[in-house]
Amino acid sequence: MTSAVVESARAQVDTESAPRQLVVLSGKGGTGKTSLVAALAALTTDKVLADCDVDAADLHLVLDPVRRHRESFVSGKEARIAPERCSACGLCQKYCRFEAVHLTRQSDGESVFMVDPIACEGCGLCMRVCPSGAVDMVEAERGEWFISDTRHGPLIHARLNIGGENSGKLVTLVRNQASALAAKVGADLVLVDGPPGIGCPVIASVTGAHLVLAITEPTVSGAHDLERAAQLVQGFHLPLAVCINKTDLNPHMAGCIRQICAAHDIPVAGELSYDTAVVRAQVEGKSIVEYGGSVVAEQIREMWDVLERLLRTVEA
Amino acid sequence: MKIVIASGKGGTGKTTLAVNLAVALADHESVGLLDCDVEEPNCHLYLKPSFEALEPVGTAIPVIDKETCTSCGLCARACEFHALVALPGAPLLLPELCHACGVCTYVCPERAISEIDREIGRIGDGEVGSLYFRWGRLHVGEARSTPVIRAVKDLSQAPAIDTCIIDAPPGVACPAVETLRGADFAVLVTEPTPFGLHDLKLAVETVRMMDIPFGVVINRAGIGDSRVDTFCRQESIPVLLEIPDSRPIAEACSRGDVFSATDAPFASLLRTFASDLRMRVGNIETHQVVAP
Repeated sequence: MTSAVVESARAQVDTESAPRQLVVLSGKGGTGKTSLVAALAALTTDKVLADCDVDAADLHLVLDPVRRHRESFVSGKEARIAPERCSACGLCQKYCRFEAVHLTRQSDGESVFMVDPIACEGCGLCMRVCPSGAVDMVEAERGEWFISDTRHGPLIHARLNIGGENSGKLVTLVRNQASALAAKVGADLVLVDGPPGIGCPVIASVTGAHLVLAITEPTVSGAHDLERAAQLVQGFHLPLAVCINKTDLNPHMAGCIRQICAAHDIPVAGELSYDTAVVRAQVEGKSIVEYGGSVVAEQIREMWDVLERLLRTVEA
Repeated sequence: MKIVIASGKGGTGKTTLAVNLAVALADHESVGLLDCDVEEPNCHLYLKPSFEALEPVGTAIPVIDKETCTSCGLCARACEFHALVALPGAPLLLPELCHACGVCTYVCPERAISEIDREIGRIGDGEVGSLYFRWGRLHVGEARSTPVIRAVKDLSQAPAIDTCIIDAPPGVACPAVETLRGADFAVLVTEPTPFGLHDLKLAVETVRMMDIPFGVVINRAGIGDSRVDTFCRQESIPVLLEIPDSRPIAEACSRGDVFSATDAPFASLLRTFASDLRMRVGNIETHQVVAP
């Protein structure tokens, strides 16, 4: 009876507190982030999914989402030169620090100053230096984001325009939307598929995470990139765990990674075998857990138990 | 000529291909290898150069002279990136938000703002065997990698080079685009999987938008399905090389082996690819010179 009271009190606290955020990232690309997130999505209930790899999002390829909501991602500005007001003095080109202004030859043979929207960072210096008032700063649509339903729960995902600036802001938007949705539907977990690297979208992905899981592989590159990603995550004082994917590919390097983890006090939450079934599952649009008969699925199940314990420890 | 090795998806084998391609080409001409994946550089793990990335790369940040500043707040209002916050007294700078655009310096009516460099990464360069190698490393915690990428690509102090092989970061956001800018040719590395195909399409869209000639390399051929082949055929995209899925190759890469200079079974395939690519890109350049 007492324990039931405690349980129900705890449940109450859990639904009232902010949902837990588990962020999967890797440093090095292609180590299996998205395949792992899809598998964890199949294993867990009551969660919201967030794909924060906004410039090359792949989670939807496994989860087959049905879009419920779409919004443009408008962030920052970009410069446009109105040719009818431009006196072709070239000051904008001289001042621009991003080499975004080019003298471009038109089909009629005329050369006009134009702004390369990919290079333009939207600072507005060209607009300020232009003596003819020929530069307009316009709101820049830099992508779009979606709320979708999937067979494993709601998914917030996005698409950054090519060469898009402000990917960090779009990541933050996706993460915040996922948290808000989780709170609304009473889900206690937000599962985040993170981007590769250590730059602005990664920093935006891990901010506010309750637990970060870095997935790596036993290669010289995997070990090197894990160390930098770990340095970033631990620099923000966020709890970190590691998953070694394809652990049997190079047992010596797997040992090196375990040593790196031990040296930095990072728990190894699980190790997954090199298994071509992971790719076959992807081809069929399934997560490895749904594909069945794979040793990796069992290893991910075991790892999820460890991650759940770590998440509880973090809460406490 | 500049050949960029790029991919939408991470982990498809860009670095392996870039390093082995550069080493194979260096037998016949002067070759530079530039590692522009400055967030997670890996080429040096294969090449094991004797030099480190030591030379600092900075990005300009404003310094406000408190004596001259009248707290008018114009700079903070003009900053599109909210890197300056107007306060009583001089404004507060949030350096990681600064894009080094120079607007604040320009708008300050008192000329109270000057600029200094803030270090955000390091670069290193030198000879590795017959290769010229140049690489950069973004400091952990820094958000903007493009200034370091520009520094790696700046060859004004480098020795004369016939061919530059440039290893790009994954994705199609600003770091990848910055790396691709000015390329004569792009090699897009992918895998024959749904993720590989999806991200390849993004990469193709990117290089087409940037008007860069390109071809595709399919790595780990044999895993997955044939949809990448079909896509390339439909879009008339040349498939330059298919690297078979092979555990020995994967194991060699895991150790950081360079095999194009060895007699490994796969090495001759790579050397042929290198000379074919060199000819293909050479033809494109000649064609561009002839065409108006």
